[in-house]
Amino acid sequence: MVSEEKETILWEVFIQPKNGLSHRHCGSIHAPDREMAILSARNVYSRRGEGQSIWVVRSIDIVSSDPDEKEETFSSDDKIYRHPTFYDVPDDVGHM
Amino acid sequence: MAKEHNEKIASLKEFQEKIDRDEKIEPKDIMPEAYRKTLIRQIGQHAHSEVVGMLPEGNWITRAPTLRRKLSLLAKVQDEAGHGLYLYCAAETLGKSRMEMTQELLSGKAKYSSIFNYPTPTWADIGAIGWLVDGAAIMNQIPLCRCSYGPYARAMIRICKEESFHQRQGYEIMLTLAKGTKAQKEMAQRALNRWWWPSVMMFGPSDADSPNTENSVKWKIKRYTNDELRQKFVDAIVPQAEKIGLTVPDKDLKWDKKRNNGQGGYAYGEINWDEFWRVVRGDGPMNNERISAKQKAWNEGSWVRAAAHAHALKKQVALQAAE
Repeated sequence: MVSEEKETILWEVFIQPKNGLSHRHCGSIHAPDREMAILSARNVYSRRGEGQSIWVVRSIDIVSSDPDEKEETFSSDDKIYRHPTFYDVPDDVGHM
Repeated sequence: MAKEHNEKIASLKEFQEKIDRDEKIEPKDIMPEAYRKTLIRQIGQHAHSEVVGMLPEGNWITRAPTLRRKLSLLAKVQDEAGHGLYLYCAAETLGKSRMEMTQELLSGKAKYSSIFNYPTPTWADIGAIGWLVDGAAIMNQIPLCRCSYGPYARAMIRICKEESFHQRQGYEIMLTLAKGTKAQKEMAQRALNRWWWPSVMMFGPSDADSPNTENSVKWKIKRYTNDELRQKFVDAIVPQAEKIGLTVPDKDLKWDKKRNNGQGGYAYGEINWDEFWRVVRGDGPMNNERISAKQKAWNEGSWVRAAAHAHALKKQVALQAAE
């Protein structure tokens, strides 16, 4: 009975708590189409006024960086000059 | 072969070091197969418990004594559904499909918390469930907010935020009954008598008989042992019962100043582990009833799912034709 049915589409859900903040990932939802995905996302992830806007994106449409290439992609240990503390400024100059 | 083996050992060592540094593990990170399996089992059981947990309470929505109580109970049961879904979604990040989990629940292969295999014969049982069962669940769940697996920890944070209303509404029901007529107070006491021991058992077997604990603690899935959490629960609940004039049904319950490393705590009586294992193995008062209710809901909902898919397909075709 169960196995004959197809798995529904998986959507990732993003909620914007209020204007001025960005949409933030909060989980996923199963739904056959985008309207139902928005509806279910609201029922599941915003029952207490957590948001004022919802995005849903098909999980398979998300392109992700390769976890095996974490080092190559994100390492910046050799570029410490990109951080403010790399530069020497006299203490009495104050906050800069 | 030897190279592969060495690489595997190195990555396991790296994994454990990450855990020891209190870093989170995310879905695509390398993890030992046993860690993945333990989490899939635990998160799956947890999700199923939320879902089956709707049944004993859902039973009382239409018979709630006031509109206020009915609204609270509806909201609570809806939360349980939501909690089940947060957790299924966390388990899915480990590579187990929703359909597979659903199938395991419906076939009776998957376990869920045994507490939901007890019946709710009176309104006071709804109070006792909120107070004791959700109370025990919160004890279990708060440390899980710091669990090493990111998606599980995040789901638990959402759940714990929502759960405290559940316990408060349950305690309020018990308090109201305890302050009511003699018959109402007796009904509350009988519900406490029914739910006390099953709630104490919710923390699972004693540490000495809990084979999964060691790895789970090492991997920071579990932060406290079953007996530690059980002690916290008993210590929290006993004064709450006294406060509303109800009696915890344990004649061996007494203050023991040696407990909790000398800070004091309640000593409690012998737990009936035979009953615990009997219900786990499927022979509780409501095991069959719960699974049949889930099967019935799934089967009767089949046309709704088929209609939703047909509708989605129709719109997709119309959209493609328009393009």
